[in-house]
Amino acid sequence: FLPFPGLSSFPSLPLLSQTESSDCELELSTVRHQPEGLQQLQAQTQFTRKELQSLYRGFKNECPSGLVDEETFKTIYSQFFPQGDATTYAHFLFNAFDMDRNGSIRFEDFVIGLSVLLRGSETEKLQWAFNLYDINRDGCITKEEMLAIMTSIYDMMGRYTSPSVRDDDPSEHVDKFFQKMDRNRDGVVTIDEFIETCQKDEDIMASIKLFENVI
Amino acid sequence: MAAGVAAWLPFARAAAIGWMPVANCPMPIAPRDHRKRHDELIILNVSGRRFQTWRTTLDRYPDTLLGSSEKQFFYDEETKEYFFDRDPDSFRSILNFYRTGKLHYPRYECISAYDEELTFFGIIPEIIGDCCYEEYKDRKRENAERLQDDQDDNKDCKLPNMTYRETMWRAFENPHTSTMALVFYYVTGFFIAISVLTNVIETVPCGATPSQKDMPCGERYTIAFFCMDTACVLIFTVEYLMRLFAAPSRYQFMRSVMSIIDVVAIFPYYIGLVMTDNEDVSGAFVTLRVFRVFRIFKFSRHSQGLRILGYTLKSCASELGFLLFSLTMAIIIFATVMFYAEKGSSSTKFTSIPASFWYTIVTMTTLGYGDMVPKTIAGKIFGSICSLSGVLVIALPVPVIVSNFSRIYHQNQRADKRRAQKVQKARLARIRIAQTGSSCTGFLQSKRNDLLNELLELTGSEEEEQQLNKGMSLLESQHHHLLHCLEKTTAHEFVDEQLYEQNCLETTIQSYTSHSPSFSSQDGPIGTCCTRRGKMNSPLPNSSLPLQPSHQQGSLQELSALHIQCGDKLPHTTSRSSLNMKTDDVGLINCKGSQITTAIISIPTAPSDTTDGGGLHGPPHINTTASSNVIKVSAL
Repeated sequence: FLPFPGLSSFPSLPLLSQTESSDCELELSTVRHQPEGLQQLQAQTQFTRKELQSLYRGFKNECPSGLVDEETFKTIYSQFFPQGDATTYAHFLFNAFDMDRNGSIRFEDFVIGLSVLLRGSETEKLQWAFNLYDINRDGCITKEEMLAIMTSIYDMMGRYTSPSVRDDDPSEHVDKFFQKMDRNRDGVVTIDEFIETCQKDEDIMASIKLFENVI
Repeated sequence: MAAGVAAWLPFARAAAIGWMPVANCPMPIAPRDHRKRHDELIILNVSGRRFQTWRTTLDRYPDTLLGSSEKQFFYDEETKEYFFDRDPDSFRSILNFYRTGKLHYPRYECISAYDEELTFFGIIPEIIGDCCYEEYKDRKRENAERLQDDQDDNKDCKLPNMTYRETMWRAFENPHTSTMALVFYYVTGFFIAISVLTNVIETVPCGATPSQKDMPCGERYTIAFFCMDTACVLIFTVEYLMRLFAAPSRYQFMRSVMSIIDVVAIFPYYIGLVMTDNEDVSGAFVTLRVFRVFRIFKFSRHSQGLRILGYTLKSCASELGFLLFSLTMAIIIFATVMFYAEKGSSSTKFTSIPASFWYTIVTMTTLGYGDMVPKTIAGKIFGSICSLSGVLVIALPVPVIVSNFSRIYHQNQRADKRRAQKVQKARLARIRIAQTGSSCTGFLQSKRNDLLNELLELTGSEEEEQQLNKGMSLLESQHHHLLHCLEKTTAHEFVDEQLYEQNCLETTIQSYTSHSPSFSSQDGPIGTCCTRRGKMNSPLPNSSLPLQPSHQQGSLQELSALHIQCGDKLPHTTSRSSLNMKTDDVGLINCKGSQITTAIISIPTAPSDTTDGGGLHGPPHINTTASSNVIKVSAL
C-alpha cells in the first residue's frame, strides 16, 4: 500500500555499483603474475620439464593469481602443524623464499628455492639454511636471530608435548648450537663457520639428504 | 588433509631442511614411495563421456572409490581406461570434488539420484560445501518427508500387535483409519453442533403464550433443553475420558490445548449440577454458562483451518501486541485532544478522557456510530484528522496478519528445518573437528603403529605390518614423517591432551628418582635423547641380539615410546631413538611399579644377561624372570 513504490529502487544505483566493482576488478586484475617460460626456468633450476610442469600445476591450483602473499603462506603452512603455532616460522620461511623481498612469492622464487633444497649441492643447501637463520641478511647469525628462529620452531610443537617445552628450552638449544658452531667464540656464526661445522657433522649431512626424492 | 594443502606437502618437507642444522638428534627415515615418480593422465569413461585427470588428483582422497585400488575393478585393458556405467552429469560434480576439494550439489539434480552416485563413489555427503549444503539438506528433508508420508499411509493398515490402547489413540488421531473411528468422529461432531445450537436457541424468545410474556425457549422448554444438554455433556465426558485413557502420555495430553477446551466445555454443567438454586450464586452460575460456548472450539479437532488460524494468532501475538500498543497511543492522544477541544462546548458527551476513548475508537475504525459527535470547530477539525489517521493506522494490521499467516506457515517449516539442521550442523562440526583433530591424533596413532611396525619388520611378520598400514596413504605418512622430523629437531614429542595432562599431574605429584644418569631430569630433553643414543652404541657387539625370536610369542601388543633392547643395527638407530623412554615414563615405572596398567611387551633376550644389564636403559629392577630370559617392559 505504499503510494510510491518506485522510490525504493533508484535506477542510478546499479550503475554506481558497477563502476565501483569494475574499479575493484581493475585492481585485482593487476595483481596477477605469469611466470617466465619453461625454458628459462629449466635453465635456472635443476628440475626436469615434467617436474616443473607438475610443480606449476600444483602451485597454480592453490594460487590462481600466480602469487602467494604472506598470509596465504602462513595459512597453508600452519595446516601442517595443527598442534602448534606455525605462523612465526612461516614468516621466516616466507622471507627465505621471497628473495627480492617484495612481499609475495612468485612461482620463480618458489621453484628456485625448491631446486636448491631438493637438487642443490650440500653447500647450497647449507647456504639456504644459513639464509633462513640470518634474518637481516647481514652475513652472520647472532644469538638473537637464532633465538627467534628457535622459539618459532618450538612454537610449532604446541602445548601438548612430552616433555613439556619449558621457557628456557629454546635458549638452551641456541646455546648448544652456538657452542657447536661458533668456532672463534665471537658471538656470531658466519657462513664459513656454519658450513664448515655442518660438513663435519655426519648427522646433519645425513639428514640433509633425507628429502632428496620428495618431488 | 585438504586436497589443496596436499599439493604443498612436498614444499613443506623440503623446507624442513631448515631444521636440520639445529637438530641435535638424527632424523627418522622418510617413508618409502612405492609408486611411479611421474604423474600420468587417467581416462575415466563414464557412460561414454570421457573425463581425464591426473592420477595424483584422484589420489588425494584415498578412501573413495576413485582414489583407491577399488577402481582397478573397472579398468578396461583394451581401451586402457576406467569405465563406469553411471550418470555422466552427476559425475561432473564428483570429479570436481577431487579437483577443487569442494563438493557441490547441482540444483537440477534429483536428490536420490545424487545420493546414489555419492554412495557409489564412496563420498560422504557431509562434505558438501557450505554454498550448496543447505539446498541439499532441504531437498533431502523434503524427500524424506514425502517418503515418510507414503510410509504412514501404508502404515495405517493395521499393525498386528498394537495394544488396545494404542489402537484407540490411533483411531482418535486419524479418524479415517477405521470405520469405527469415522463413526465416532462424526458422532462427536454432530453432538458438538447440537450443543452449540441448543445454546443459541435457548436464548431465542419462543412464541409468546397468552399467559406469559415472551420468554426465551430455554425457560419454556426447560426439561427438553436440560435433557439435550445432559446428553451432550455425557457424550463429551465419555469422549474425554476415552481420550485420556488412550493417550500415550497422559500428563502431556492433559496439558494440551484441546483437552483444556474439552474440560472447559463440560465443567460448567457439573458445577451447575453441584450448585443449588441459591440466589447469590445463580448469578455466577449464569456466567459459567457462558463457557459453554467454548464447545465450539471443539470443532478445531475437526477442522484443520481452525487450527492453523489459532496457531497463526498465537504466533502473531507479538506483532498484534505491538500494533495494539501503537493503537492505544494514538487513541490516548486523540482522546485527550478531543476532550480538551470539546471542553468548552455545553452538553457535550466528551465528559472525560476515558469517555472520549469510545469516540476515538469508533472514529478510527471508521465505524462512526454517531452517538458521540464533536460540536466545536476545533473538535471537528481534530475529529477529521482522527478519522483520516485512523484509516492509515487501522489499515496496517491487515496486511501484517496476512503476511504473518503466510510467514507463519513457512516459519513453521523453517523452524523444523532449523532444528533438523542444527542437529546436522552439530554433527557436521563434530565430523570436521574429528577430521582436523585426526591429523594430529592420526599422527600420534601412527607413531604407535610405526613403532610396532619397525618391531614387526625385525620380526618379519608381514601381515601385521600391512594390517597397520592399511589406513594410511602416502600423503599421510609423508606428513607424519614431517611431524616426526620436527619432534626430532626439538627433541620433544607430540602427545595428545589427556596424556599431557596426565604427565603434568605425574611430574608434579611424583618425584622420581633417577636410576641412571641417562635419564636424570637435569639433562634437558636433548641430553636424554642423545646421550641415550650414545649409550646405545656402547653395548658390545655380541649383545646385538635380534628381536626376531619374539614372534614366537605371538602376543605383541601395542608398544609406544619405550624400548629396552640395546641390540640395534645401525640402520634402525633412527627409529630406535624414537622409542626412547620419556623421563616421566621412567618416573611412572619407578614409582608405580605395581600400578602399571598398560600393555606389556615381552621380548626374549639373548642368554648374555650381563651385557643386557649393562646396555639396558630400563632400571635394573625391572628385569624379571631370568629363567625365561624375558624382559618385561611396560609401555604407555
